[in-house]
Amino acid sequence: MRKLARFLKSFALLELLRGLAVTGRYFFARKITVRYPEEKTPQSPRFRGLHALRRYPNGEERCVGCKLCEAVCPAMAIQIDVAEGKDGARRTTRHDLDLTKCIFCGFCEEACPVEAIVETRAYEYHGETRGDLYYTKEMLLAHGDRHEAQIAADRAGERGGT
Amino acid sequence: MGEIAFQFLTPWADGWFGALWPTVWLTLWTLAKIVAIVLPLMLGVAYLTYAERKVIGYMQVRLGPNRVGPQGLLQPIADALKLLFKEVVVPSGANRRLFILAPMLSLAPALAVWAVVPFSDAMILADVDAGLLYLLAIGSLGVYGVVLAGWASNSKYAFLGAMRASAQIVSYEIAMGFALVAVVMVSGSLKLSAIVASQQTGMGAALGMNFLSWHWLPLFPLFLVYFISGVAETNRAPFDVAEGESEIVAGFHVDYSGMAFALFFLAEYAEMILIAVLTSLLFLGGWSSPLGMFPDGVFWLLAKSCLMLFFFLWFRATFPRYRYDQIMRLGWKVFIPLTVFWLFVVAIWMLTPWNLWK
Repeated sequence: MRKLARFLKSFALLELLRGLAVTGRYFFARKITVRYPEEKTPQSPRFRGLHALRRYPNGEERCVGCKLCEAVCPAMAIQIDVAEGKDGARRTTRHDLDLTKCIFCGFCEEACPVEAIVETRAYEYHGETRGDLYYTKEMLLAHGDRHEAQIAADRAGERGGT
Repeated sequence: MGEIAFQFLTPWADGWFGALWPTVWLTLWTLAKIVAIVLPLMLGVAYLTYAERKVIGYMQVRLGPNRVGPQGLLQPIADALKLLFKEVVVPSGANRRLFILAPMLSLAPALAVWAVVPFSDAMILADVDAGLLYLLAIGSLGVYGVVLAGWASNSKYAFLGAMRASAQIVSYEIAMGFALVAVVMVSGSLKLSAIVASQQTGMGAALGMNFLSWHWLPLFPLFLVYFISGVAETNRAPFDVAEGESEIVAGFHVDYSGMAFALFFLAEYAEMILIAVLTSLLFLGGWSSPLGMFPDGVFWLLAKSCLMLFFFLWFRATFPRYRYDQIMRLGWKVFIPLTVFWLFVVAIWMLTPWNLWK
């Protein structure tokens, strides 16, 4: 008897119709596609994008050349040379970041005692040759200068929150 | 329209062609009709690929192509252009002649069958008496393209795909043929226009409910069998083991690129459209309107075919691929007995006083 019922049920294509009903329902569901250049997904203030080197409000570089970021970097993407600056303080003469090696783990930012190296929210950058993704100190500083307001705001919110 | 054009052109053309003119004219006029069928068909194929991507996208809660042109409407044109400019690579181990021949052999029958398909009582290229027979004969030639493609590629995957395709198409053709036998029985003709005409009379039509006297209702199991066999015949999901991209890469057309690949694509989609149109003609009353109060016309055929095509896409978005042995089981052990059984039912039905199709 049960066999007969199963037989009839499979001949009525019930399971298949139920499957069609599911996809049919989703046909009318709201689409989740984000039309990228016009729309963007929301970003966290902790987003780890392109790096930047920051300055103090008086224009002095934050970085003291402690090389902690270089040491902690698991991908060995950072190269730092240090010398005595004009003001007699310890300064970097070279702070290179190879973005083709970087894995955007954020350890450099965590290791930095003076919040000099940070990862910003910028992610829409590209290079057309491999060299384009080799960022020097000047490029990182320039990027920091461009986004200082956003960087500071994100860091401030973070401190207030915890 | 043909006669008017003929008379209009005769005074000029007589001087050039002389006594041959009527023959030349017939050729030209037939060619014009062929172009009038093939061009919209090709356009239909192009936009069927677009519709497929859109429909499947929507069912997967995505938007589908929306970048090229408004709402992505130029996407198929871009795809066609891309394929046109790509190189046709012939593998070094392949049988060169067969390799080039296969896609053509696949597309030619898919286009040739359209010769006998009627679009309305006046719009038909060749109203052949044994139209249905011609359809079955030419339609089954398409598998040779697939088999040759798999063989000529000289590749394991392509060969497996071709083997699967040939076994599958041969098995489902039987069920399909049997399903059509019943249609022929109740219509009393192999002529497609006569089959459509036979659906326009009956109890339903007398009440103004034409769709009740179409063949799909009394022959419902055969309607299902025919359509499902059609899906299998065109190697579409869930019967797409011949392509089986997750197991045998792309089946019979792994080694094809550029326009040669595009020809297979065209053939597959042209056959899909053909099956949809045939289902509409044989079971859904062709160009006759579902309710007596609306006029008949080619747009009804178009609407019904679009509905059937939507089912093709809907199936693809819903069902996982059948395993090969399950396909064989369904074809041989379910469909063929079912169609034969219903054939007997219809035959006995026709001998009883309740015969609907007198």
